[in-house]
Amino acid sequence: MQLHELTSTQLMAGIRHQDLCSRDLVTYFLNRIEQLNPSLNAFLSVTGDSAIEQAERIDARRSRGESIGMLQGLPIAVKDNICVRGELTTCGSQMLRNFRPPYDAHVVERIRSEDGIIVGKLNMDEFAMGSTSETSFAGPARNPWNLNCTAGGSSGGSAVAVAAGMVPLALGSDTGGSIRQPAGFCGVVGMKPTYGRVSRYGLVAYASSLDQIGPFARDVNGVALLLNVIGGRDVRDSTSLDMEFPELGGYSGEHADLKGVRVGVVEEHFGAGLDPEVAAAVQGTVRRFESLGAEIVPLHLPHSRYSIAAYYLIACCEASSNLARYDGVHYGHRADSFENLVDLYCQSRGEAFGAEVKRRIMLGTFALSAGYYDAYYLKALKVRRRIREDFDKAFAAVDVIVSPVAPTAAFRLGEMLSDPLAMYLSDIYTISANLAGIPGIAVPSGQTASGLPIASQLLAAPFEEKKLLRLAAAIEMPATFPAV
Amino acid sequence: MDALDVQKVASLARLAISEGEQADYRRQLTAILDYVALLDEVNIEGVEPMPHAIDVRNVFRPDECRESLPRTDALSNAPASDGSFFLVPRILEEKK
Repeated sequence: MQLHELTSTQLMAGIRHQDLCSRDLVTYFLNRIEQLNPSLNAFLSVTGDSAIEQAERIDARRSRGESIGMLQGLPIAVKDNICVRGELTTCGSQMLRNFRPPYDAHVVERIRSEDGIIVGKLNMDEFAMGSTSETSFAGPARNPWNLNCTAGGSSGGSAVAVAAGMVPLALGSDTGGSIRQPAGFCGVVGMKPTYGRVSRYGLVAYASSLDQIGPFARDVNGVALLLNVIGGRDVRDSTSLDMEFPELGGYSGEHADLKGVRVGVVEEHFGAGLDPEVAAAVQGTVRRFESLGAEIVPLHLPHSRYSIAAYYLIACCEASSNLARYDGVHYGHRADSFENLVDLYCQSRGEAFGAEVKRRIMLGTFALSAGYYDAYYLKALKVRRRIREDFDKAFAAVDVIVSPVAPTAAFRLGEMLSDPLAMYLSDIYTISANLAGIPGIAVPSGQTASGLPIASQLLAAPFEEKKLLRLAAAIEMPATFPAV
Repeated sequence: MDALDVQKVASLARLAISEGEQADYRRQLTAILDYVALLDEVNIEGVEPMPHAIDVRNVFRPDECRESLPRTDALSNAPASDGSFFLVPRILEEKK
């Protein structure tokens, strides 16, 4: 087996038994990135020199017998909306093409303090707005299972980097499915934690009441490891949770006994629009739960059909406010010619934002404008509570809900570009978890006849990450590799 | 709904958009607004709006002095700066 086929757990065991050192590992993955990135476009920037220096320092400490942090010198890449001090952080946007943050995000500080090594920044939809990574100013990341298909989005680069073995672990962010959907499209594990589990300090804001950072890995254990590192209270994000973060253990699906576990299956999730191959794979996950002793409980989430409408109003309203900071004055793009200050704003923003970002800013601006606020924004917030109440009722009856991640496997590139509403509708299975704030995970569950990955999504009640990971490990299939 | 005044919305959002863009956005935003009218079906009588996913209120921290970002760092990404300030076009007329 080659190094890139190993899971993070296996790589760390290699380091601990001194078969591997961090420098060799980082060099190996940097070579792999260099070799594959021209065809996959997963990385927007690579921080090779500083990564090798860091690896050498960790190896030196290890050889002196000093204790090494939880990540043991593993290479890790982060989505390009997560600030890394002094390194380009573009958010996939022309607006921030030269932006170098003067500080590290909380999650980057945590990775460094546990001896993880940041090797680069990952491609994404512009400002995390999109479901295909095609709105990136650098062009789309490509799906390693089929280069003509999208990687999903918005964290497409994160999913591709892990799926193609360019890094063992990566971070993304999930506002409406932006971790789980690309993980599903690329055949890796991706998790959105409970809202507030992970500090958003240093995450470039899209929709602040929905955004959450989370891990990608080749297996459930890798996701648990990285969540252990990044989770917990941070005073710089007042929405980060002031409650104890459970130690997430090693998870194994072998000999799992799920007697007493109740698994919910939502009738509305298997209706029209769901691809039959995806439906069959998710039903396969349900049967695996059953064969391990779990009880299958049919459920209803009557308001789930309203989640997309509520989401696009709330997310766009928040985005229109958050993205007001790009004014051509403090950082980001400034137009060359303008008539006055207001024109400087309008020209700079008009030139540097892409079509999808402008569309969402305008939708949000409209929905918050005088005379429309109650009819759109306020109503969406009330429907959001109805959606949450559905989940509260559901999780009183079950431990976990199993569903598809997306109605189909990966789209073909270009398929969604001309019809934004069609793209929004494909987020139907992931979006309600963000509205409700609950944790969710995408786990590989098979392949289509044409060889594209299919995933199942598991959802749990707020703060139930430990349960979610244990159940995900019980049904996870061994990671397979695309022929790249 | 009335015909969407895209130009007015763009100007509220401080976005310069071309005439071609105006037509595209009018069509796309109208389709999206038609779709979100679906929310009218939901009974929201007496429902409290839910602005946040997890109910957190009045988060306090000790009122302590901490170092802030050095000025050079804060200005390092500015499109125009004189080393001390962000530079913007003149907004007041000179006295005649």
